[in-house]
Amino acid sequence: MSAIFFLIGCSVFIALIFLAAFFWANKTGQHEDTHTPSIRMLFDDESEV
Amino acid sequence: MIAEKTRCYHCGDPTAHTPYELDDHAFCCLGCQTVYQVLHSNNMQQYYRYNTHPGKKRQARSERYDYLDEATIADKLIDFRNEELTIITCYIPAIHCSSCIWLLEHLYKLHPAIMTSQSDFMKKQVTITFKQDELSLRGLVELLADVGYEPKITLQDVVQENRKFSQKGLIAKIAVAGFCFGNSMMLSFPEYFGMAAFEASYSVFFGWMNLAFTLPVLLYSGRDYFGSAWHSLRQRQLNLDVPLALGILVLFLRTAWEIIGGSGAGFADTLCGLVFFLLVGRWVQQRTYHHISFERDYRSYFPVAVTRITEDGNKPVPIAAIQVGDRLVIRNNEIIPADAILLKGNAAIDFSFVTGESQPVRKVLGEIIYAGGRQLGAAIELEVTRAVSQSYLTQLWNNEAFKQYERKFRTFSNVVSRYFTIALLTVAITAMTYWFFQDNPAKAWGAFTAVLIIGCPCALALSSPFTLSAALSVFDRNRFYVKNTAAIEQLAAIDCLVFDKTGTISSPDASRMHFEGDLSANELAMVVAVCRNSSHPVSRELVNWAGAVAPLVAADFRELPGEGIEAIVGTHRIRVGSGAFIGVVDGSPGASGGSRTYIAIDERIMGCFHAEQPWRPNLRALMGRLADDYKLNLISGDNDRDKDGLRGVFPSDADLLFDRLPAEKLEYIRSLQTAGRAVCMFGDGLNDAGALKQADLGIAVSDDINNFSPGCDAVLDGKSFAQLPRFFAFAKDVRKVIHASFGISLMYNTVGLSFAVMGTMSPLFAAVLMPLSTVTIIGFTTVATHLYAIKNHLNKDLS
Repeated sequence: MSAIFFLIGCSVFIALIFLAAFFWANKTGQHEDTHTPSIRMLFDDESEV
Repeated sequence: MIAEKTRCYHCGDPTAHTPYELDDHAFCCLGCQTVYQVLHSNNMQQYYRYNTHPGKKRQARSERYDYLDEATIADKLIDFRNEELTIITCYIPAIHCSSCIWLLEHLYKLHPAIMTSQSDFMKKQVTITFKQDELSLRGLVELLADVGYEPKITLQDVVQENRKFSQKGLIAKIAVAGFCFGNSMMLSFPEYFGMAAFEASYSVFFGWMNLAFTLPVLLYSGRDYFGSAWHSLRQRQLNLDVPLALGILVLFLRTAWEIIGGSGAGFADTLCGLVFFLLVGRWVQQRTYHHISFERDYRSYFPVAVTRITEDGNKPVPIAAIQVGDRLVIRNNEIIPADAILLKGNAAIDFSFVTGESQPVRKVLGEIIYAGGRQLGAAIELEVTRAVSQSYLTQLWNNEAFKQYERKFRTFSNVVSRYFTIALLTVAITAMTYWFFQDNPAKAWGAFTAVLIIGCPCALALSSPFTLSAALSVFDRNRFYVKNTAAIEQLAAIDCLVFDKTGTISSPDASRMHFEGDLSANELAMVVAVCRNSSHPVSRELVNWAGAVAPLVAADFRELPGEGIEAIVGTHRIRVGSGAFIGVVDGSPGASGGSRTYIAIDERIMGCFHAEQPWRPNLRALMGRLADDYKLNLISGDNDRDKDGLRGVFPSDADLLFDRLPAEKLEYIRSLQTAGRAVCMFGDGLNDAGALKQADLGIAVSDDINNFSPGCDAVLDGKSFAQLPRFFAFAKDVRKVIHASFGISLMYNTVGLSFAVMGTMSPLFAAVLMPLSTVTIIGFTTVATHLYAIKNHLNKDLS
């Protein structure tokens, strides 16, 4: 049954990774502008003429 | 297709009979055609693919950017600079569609020195990285202005101020609290569902894990509540943070006591959940739905720099560096930044922003000109008599009255929280005393802590933020931009409305032209041919007013800024301009003013146009509706020529005051407040700034919300002016929703308390009750606010 201790350790560790990912996203400003990227992705790629 | 041809390919304005055509596209003016040419030659026609008519009519370049060459000024504006690259973020009000984003993010095609550019649509900002050796800051700004995206550069940099306000810290706290909440809930479930005897060894492990999760919540996420509660106690007030902080602290102490002592499972998940929900509520309350600066003052109205005459020629200097005795050159349309004496030139100063007076004032040599006026006409020379910070206008702003003045919004939750805290402590101590005298000290301690835990006003603390922020977004959709949630509660408490005249109840956009005199169709066509060459607003209006006329060609066009325009059409010399320009000898004060425009053909005065500012649509009906519930008054800096007309619009008991200085407006508001009124001021200009600040609620009325508006609590788009009664009614309904949700959360508290005083509250009970009450409140306030929005016909998205 000591597997429980290991599994809980794993789950907390994975959760911490997600928390760290969120912090990284927040810090790099990924939540600051949620509108412009939705427009930007609709622009056509440049055709090289 | 024919309809398309008559609209400008660039900006969409009607193009009837204009000679500008290129590549099968028609243009309304040379400006639009030039932008098209620039984009076309850089292979950027894609700009026109994403939207039809994406451009905005380009005004004649209103600013000179030579001051950007001064390193001291430029350094204040840029974000970052190294040996090679400079990064700058500009605020560009013209951003309005996806084509704008496309163009601004493909600036590198226009100039090789531009490395990258990234725009933020909602904030109307663009961040540009460029090589400063190949392109100066001035060159960059001029490039942007050339393609119709002129950045707005002011002393009070909007970009910098927006950046100051960031919720990143709060979001991080919410993330930590949410993380701990989820994990502690997972670890608490076995306890709630019951564990078999052989699993009991885990409960100790789970307990210690739980305790570990409460620590970051207590020490990091919930930190602010302790600070706020302590601050509030020191000021001998009891805000809602006091019972919240007490609840959090007691939750932690009891959890730690039970887990360390091995006597129970504690309330770790309730603690984490409580802090998590509270922080979400705080986030919702602080969230802004728009990017309007409400704190603008005279600095964002003043230019960044002004031209100073020195021994080695004219040089731009930052406003702050102007000293007494400096000689300045003020060109057409520039603003006088400091009180000064006129040394040279013809001064016709438009003081409309300072005094509300719409007619320009003539000044003679040696006369003092106060700061804030705008020169109309040829350049003048001035000698500064007082520094910028000492000038008449700035003094008005730094008025001592404002400094002493501290706005006291007594929000409903502030009022309730005082009684709530006292009642909660009374119940807790009574319960403890009771069990103590029953000789049950264990239960006394249990009941005391349970009361403080279950009584913790989580739902109570959330009802105001969720209701008000839902209301904020409803207002936002209806083009009424309220600064914060407290202002909505204030809106419901108003009982007296004071209006400014010009720009507030009169609509600057829809001015109507009247012509006094006789013009034949041919003569009108000649006048239009001349006016078409000018970018002056009156000329443009005149062209619109004339409608379709025979196209004629004007030659020898000359524009004398602030005076008039002249040109030769056929064999006739046409002159359009002010009375002084045309040579009208007229004793009436309006003769030299800007609101009359005279027409002369071959020295024969044909008559004059005068633009009349009409009241906003349905003003009379609107005022009639408002008069039922509110005391209405008018205070204007302008003269009383409209007094008779306004008598019929306002109710008979309204004060109609004219010729008031800004300081007098402020005094008037204060006198109303002393008489016990809760005053709401509507204004638009700098001259109203004092009154807007003094009033219990200051609402700036603006027909272009990106333009200057003075410091205020809310900005109302002129188009939504007629909605005012609905806004007020909705604010009152919102207050009802808050009261009702307070009632609901008090009910939950009472139910919880009845268990708590018996000393029979289990951790499971707390863990269920707390989220349940929170979800009820969020659901109720959202639905109720939405229903009231429908009731008041405010549910449509107009923005």
